[in-house]
Amino acid sequence: MSDFMSNAIPGSPYLSYLILWAVLMVGLYLARERAHEVIRAGSMVVRNAMRLAASSVGLAEKRLIARNREVLLAAGEAEAERQLEREFHRISAHVDRSLQNYPSIQRTVSEQITRIEEDFNATSHVPPTPPTWASAVKAVAKIPDQDNTLVASILGDIHRTLVAQEKKVTEEYRAETGKRHRILANMLPYWRAILSRLDEMDKSVPEMQSRARLIDGLMATYEDIRNGSDRAVRKLSSSSMTQFVTAGTVLAIAIGGAMINFNLIALPMSEMVGGGSYIGHFKTSDVAALVIILVEAAMGLFLMECLRITRLFPLIGSLDDRVRRRMMWIAFSILFILAGIESSLAFMRDRIAADIQALRQSLAGSQPGDVTPSLIPTVGQMVMGFILPFALTFVAIPLESFIHASRTVAGVATAGLLRVTAFYLRFLGTTAYYLGSLTTALYDLFIFPSLWLEGVVGKKGRPSISIPSSRKGGGHGGTVSSQGSSSEASFAPRPAMTEEEVISE
Amino acid sequence: MKNRLLLLVLVLLGVLGGCADSSTHATGIYLLVDTSGTYAQEMNKARAIVNYMLGTLQPGDSLAVARIDSGSFSEKDIVAKVTFDGRPSVTNNQKRNFGTAVEDFARSVKGSAHTDITGGLLQAVEFLNETRSGSKYVLIFSDLEEDLDKGQVRNFDIPLSGFKVIALNVTKLRSDNIDPREYLSRLDAWRERVEAGGGQWKVVNDLDRLERILADV
Repeated sequence: MSDFMSNAIPGSPYLSYLILWAVLMVGLYLARERAHEVIRAGSMVVRNAMRLAASSVGLAEKRLIARNREVLLAAGEAEAERQLEREFHRISAHVDRSLQNYPSIQRTVSEQITRIEEDFNATSHVPPTPPTWASAVKAVAKIPDQDNTLVASILGDIHRTLVAQEKKVTEEYRAETGKRHRILANMLPYWRAILSRLDEMDKSVPEMQSRARLIDGLMATYEDIRNGSDRAVRKLSSSSMTQFVTAGTVLAIAIGGAMINFNLIALPMSEMVGGGSYIGHFKTSDVAALVIILVEAAMGLFLMECLRITRLFPLIGSLDDRVRRRMMWIAFSILFILAGIESSLAFMRDRIAADIQALRQSLAGSQPGDVTPSLIPTVGQMVMGFILPFALTFVAIPLESFIHASRTVAGVATAGLLRVTAFYLRFLGTTAYYLGSLTTALYDLFIFPSLWLEGVVGKKGRPSISIPSSRKGGGHGGTVSSQGSSSEASFAPRPAMTEEEVISE
Repeated sequence: MKNRLLLLVLVLLGVLGGCADSSTHATGIYLLVDTSGTYAQEMNKARAIVNYMLGTLQPGDSLAVARIDSGSFSEKDIVAKVTFDGRPSVTNNQKRNFGTAVEDFARSVKGSAHTDITGGLLQAVEFLNETRSGSKYVLIFSDLEEDLDKGQVRNFDIPLSGFKVIALNVTKLRSDNIDPREYLSRLDAWRERVEAGGGQWKVVNDLDRLERILADV
């Protein structure tokens, strides 16, 4: 190709190149309008396709966000209902516990009040007042005896009798008053008993009030969720994120425990199922050990479901109590048996490992030491083998939280991904559009000599060269006027987008 | 309903049973030990290799040790052979017995007049094919100087497809010291022969790093 170009005029390669360049300039100048249109159309196709794709992705994002909101609110509503239900159960239990003795307390209090009333009434009997003989005695004592001894004697007797009677009545009065004081003193324990009963009643009331306040708060949250307020959505979303991280951390810890458990039983499992057979690329013994651990986890999950601690399987929760209890015992029994098996396998593992170690030592030519092997590692492994299955049972709780929270987190993450995708699609479309403009400008720059010549010819007042244009009002092509304005217009690329257009992009 | 459940369990067991494959992942190793001439003095090194293999191999793997003598294509030349049981405890006992057998052989070995390496290699191929091992290794503990008895025909291709042949401790002969090209041409000849049979060839002379023996060829 290069030879052909340089040999267009034999012996004059530079002239050949010059002629070819001139031909190229003329060709490109003549094809300029069409070339611009092709470039612009290409860039517009890419831009519109990208914008369309971005709109679709944006629409999908909006739908997903709406769906996420619905799911979040539904989950939050269910959770709030569950919490409210639990609080009502608690308050009901509290009322039952606190007020179940209320009738007897009331009876006791009313009996005691009756007794107090009777006693009080008993104290209200006024003792007989001393007779008003004092004035009579005084009057009798003042009667002059006129030296009549008989009268004096009679009056003296009357006086003495009256004084004696007065003394006796006063003593009786004091005795009666003392008796009433004793009755009043005996009323004190009853008052204390009533006070104690009232204190008991008083203690249960504040707890009821605090629970009522809690229920009020939960009801407010529930109403918020029911109304679908943004505040409720934000709160629920934040709660889901927190749960996701927390539950994920606990699950990671549990996976670590499961791996230790796996290592405890994988080697001895080869003693049971054979160490040389494979399922796919995995040793059968490893698969068997993994299956045991997974079965333990499943049993733990069922146990938690039967205890109604988790609610991953609504069917189990809605079972009849008798069936559910039976199922719980079955799950626990299987778990217990598996824990026992694991403990035995851990013991076997210790023996096999010791045997392998002894063999390797003998193969290496070293004599085994006289140190008596300690029982502590063996017992430790056995205890671990027994405890870990039960510890794995509690994985059900974070697992439930993780599953529930992961729906929200996955929804939010997908929405974010869609948003980023839509942004990049728009970005690509806009970039393609401006690349088209840039290419047309570069095209014009490349054929600058032709365009310059066109300008010069135009200035000399030659008739204008009509260049066919397919675009009405387009800045490209059109008629090249003698003033050269058309030439300037030819240079100008498509007008840049306005600020509003850029923002809308 | 019960019948369906039973059927499902049977199908699952069948699938699991079908998946279980005890041969393709197993390793088979056949160690050929040269007992001719002065090479018989290298038996301690051969024992070290056997012990390393016993410590490395897993349940289900196969191991055989055979001597290279005047006519090696014979079961009589196999010193000890074993396919390890699936149970680790039984495997350990098998390894102990195997080690003892090799030890006895090393103590009582006598030098042979000729060196029939090709015959030993053929015997190794036969044994390892019978074990149906997934990875098949033939270890040749020899100086690779073949010295056939009169009338023995060994100049044909050996079917070694899927086999990895590893020459261990290839000692230099006195003549190699005079002209090292002999040593190199001997190694090249064996490499070409193994590769012509479809096998892979490797030489390991540094026995301080036994783990390199079974590394990828």
